[in-house]
Amino acid sequence: MTKTISRRSFLKITGGTTAGLSLAATLPDRFLLWAEEQGMLKATYTPTFCEICFWKCGVMAKTINGRVVKLEGNLAHAGSRGKLCGRGNGGAGLLYDPNRLKTPLINVGARGEGKYRKASWDEALNVVAEKMTKIKEKYGPESMALFTHGTPTDHFLPLIQAYGSQNVGMPSFAQCRGPRDVGLELTFGEGIGSPERVDLANSKVVVLLGSHLGENMHNSQVQDFCDGIARGAKLVVVDPRFSVAAGKAHTWLPIRPATDLALILAWINVIVSEGLYDKAYIDSYAVGFNELAAAVKEYTPDWAAVETDIPAGKIIETARLMAKNAPAVCVHPGRHATWHGDDVQRSRAIGILAALLGSWGREGGLYLATTASFPKGESKPFPTPARDALNLGPYPFAGGEGVTQVIRSATITGNPYPIKGWMVTGTNLMKAVPNQKETIEAIKKLDLLVVVDVMPFDTAMMADVILPECSYLERHDALAVGKGKSLTVSLRQPVVEPRFESKPGWWIAKELGKRLGLAEYFPWNTLEDKIKSQCAAWGVNYNELKQKGSLTVPNTSNPYITPLNQPTFKTKSGKIELASSELKEKGFDAVPRYTKHPQPPAGEFRLIYGRSAVHTFSRTTNNPELNELYSENEVWLNAKKAAELGISNGAKVRLENQDGAVSNAVRAKVTERIREDCVYLVHGFGTNSKELSRAFARGADDQGLITRFAVDPICGSTGMRVNFVRIKKEGLDA
Amino acid sequence: MPKYAMVIDQRRCVACMACVVACKKENDVPLGDFRTRVVEKTEGTFPQLRMELRSELCNHCDNPPCVYNCPTGASYKNKDNGMVLLKKYRCVGCKSCVAACPYDARYINEEKGFADKCTFCEHRVKEGKEPACVATCIGKSRIFGDLEDPKSAVSIALRENHSEVLLASAGTKPRVFYIKKYGKPE
Repeated sequence: MTKTISRRSFLKITGGTTAGLSLAATLPDRFLLWAEEQGMLKATYTPTFCEICFWKCGVMAKTINGRVVKLEGNLAHAGSRGKLCGRGNGGAGLLYDPNRLKTPLINVGARGEGKYRKASWDEALNVVAEKMTKIKEKYGPESMALFTHGTPTDHFLPLIQAYGSQNVGMPSFAQCRGPRDVGLELTFGEGIGSPERVDLANSKVVVLLGSHLGENMHNSQVQDFCDGIARGAKLVVVDPRFSVAAGKAHTWLPIRPATDLALILAWINVIVSEGLYDKAYIDSYAVGFNELAAAVKEYTPDWAAVETDIPAGKIIETARLMAKNAPAVCVHPGRHATWHGDDVQRSRAIGILAALLGSWGREGGLYLATTASFPKGESKPFPTPARDALNLGPYPFAGGEGVTQVIRSATITGNPYPIKGWMVTGTNLMKAVPNQKETIEAIKKLDLLVVVDVMPFDTAMMADVILPECSYLERHDALAVGKGKSLTVSLRQPVVEPRFESKPGWWIAKELGKRLGLAEYFPWNTLEDKIKSQCAAWGVNYNELKQKGSLTVPNTSNPYITPLNQPTFKTKSGKIELASSELKEKGFDAVPRYTKHPQPPAGEFRLIYGRSAVHTFSRTTNNPELNELYSENEVWLNAKKAAELGISNGAKVRLENQDGAVSNAVRAKVTERIREDCVYLVHGFGTNSKELSRAFARGADDQGLITRFAVDPICGSTGMRVNFVRIKKEGLDA
Repeated sequence: MPKYAMVIDQRRCVACMACVVACKKENDVPLGDFRTRVVEKTEGTFPQLRMELRSELCNHCDNPPCVYNCPTGASYKNKDNGMVLLKKYRCVGCKSCVAACPYDARYINEEKGFADKCTFCEHRVKEGKEPACVATCIGKSRIFGDLEDPKSAVSIALRENHSEVLLASAGTKPRVFYIKKYGKPE
């Protein structure tokens, strides 16, 4: 096409007519870039923030003639500092993915069959509203549940609450960082936030437990991590896999999977028994030291060496290294913490270790959140449900984000009361929640499954009604308030108009609200109007925000403890709880106690999983720009084990777990970079949705092999590294 | 007259691929082709392992075999800034340069029929911006600047650290320098 358009004829068609513009918008990027270089077209930059992952980095979107040609980092944004990761750079791949959901769709086959017909927005919204009204009349509003992730939550959570249900389940809690947050809340009275308040750039020692920063691409955090390393921080990496971070480590501890708590308790043992802890800090800020000291006596380095497969000498050496450099030591609390079912206690142990090192509230450790905030606005109160929410299950410390699999169980059993409708927004439950069979069983029992998403992911393709949301580059979303070192506010605004018939999440929620008789909960015309009035109430200059994308409120940073900046701990005792009174009250161990987990029998491997730097969950595998870099995952297999099994690098194999679940054929990555007792998959591959032309059936789905999960009795989170697999050779690869 | 060069501080690279994607978008590199890549190489046996992460791109050599082997004069060394560039209208896609380059830095744009490669983002540099890969480098592993300016980031990095070039024995005199592990002894 570019060849046939001369410069002169191009200038003619872009001569300001609408027809010319719409044609120019379909021209290939390379032509637009060339035309820009020749001075024929002017590029414009629109600030917004990214939604390829949850870090929400500030973006400057470069557009030429209505087409997004490049995304760059916004210098004014604390999460990106002018840089984007590979995924953020590839964000326009989502915008222009030809496989996007284009119109509302209504299922015409059996549920899950994936047979759809196009529908108008009016029809689709009416169907959803009618079914929701019926559920409300027949079963009560609490029988409608919301599963959600990311910015759509800001629109659909108020909708479901206004409708009368508090039954929300976010996989971000029970399948991700729930136990970490609960563990730290029980210890310090608050979590570590997102982005985590880890002061990696200033650390003298960084300890990573399973966190594979670099492959786990959290923009500003990895920037700080690299700065820390460059400034000479000593890096200790605990991981059964020689991760990229392990490749940078001064000490790599290839731990036996599922024994991390033994290592942490042994570190605590050394620091307590050798008197290396920060005595003044513990005296001022902590309670329960004696109880802790007594409880960890048995967890000697020699004992831990047997459990963890790490020599006692290494355990002592690394404990002393931390103590020597305290308090500028960052023992990273991790993020995806749902491993083995005792994850709250492991996170507690990490918190206790940080406290003994005096690193909470200290430079190079874990810094304090800004105490500044924006005033809370007034909004119409939500109705009080007639029945208590069931989404917390029997777990005393389940968080407000809800426990997904509890809602799923209630959907299957009808107890304590039936759940008949699911609204799913911005999350692919089939890939996020363990035991897919149960998810399918629950979906079969529903009267309504409505999915709001940008792409036809597995879960969307099971819905009765699919509502196509436009991508983050085409919409407004709620203001993002950041509480890191400083108080910040960032704006998501459309860079281009929504493609196809897709609509912003706020519009979908508002239109559904209207049809459900809840219009008064959406007392604004457009979300931008609401944002503007919010800015006015917060004293934020909207025009400046629109222009810069992100604003930092000056003088709101006070990250370190000083005589004048004393920390407050919102625990029961008002202090750091080395022994937790709240846990004791509920019948749990006040000080973490080691539980021995089963290890794989001979011939089997523990399945562990993690991230690729160029993918987020299961949501980017079809993105043309990211798919090109990593189009299918591989199963990492220890070289010695591979030789025993007669598997060569690149050979196709299948994984079969202890319950007979078998994966897609997947290539073996035969490597020295992993222990002999486990195999590793990058999460999110092996999609079943045929609508995803690039990702369909590519690679193995780790979640399909996670049929068992170990529930943490404290908060209900699902430990997912408890499945064992055998490796089956495939026939000769075609 | 500036003498542009790049320094890759491998200690800071985490192979996040931001550079690779940014480069593709900035220069609209065709699907399947790359102007830069990150190579991971691990040596040793478990658990005694050592990993190298190495960003590779055109070395903008001072002694460039691609230029010498170009039969049409399309490939040239820019006299003003030392960049190895390509006059696309003179290129016939004969692949001499692709074969001559010891760094595998070039590809043929199949659609248009000419050779292509990293330009150090000359179009950005002209505007006073860093190359796209440098601007987005999460670890600040990629450093770009003028070797003639003693205060430039590249000059400082090369002064303060031991550095190497790839395939020094090929005699190409590359302008991409690698800082591997250790700084100069204190």
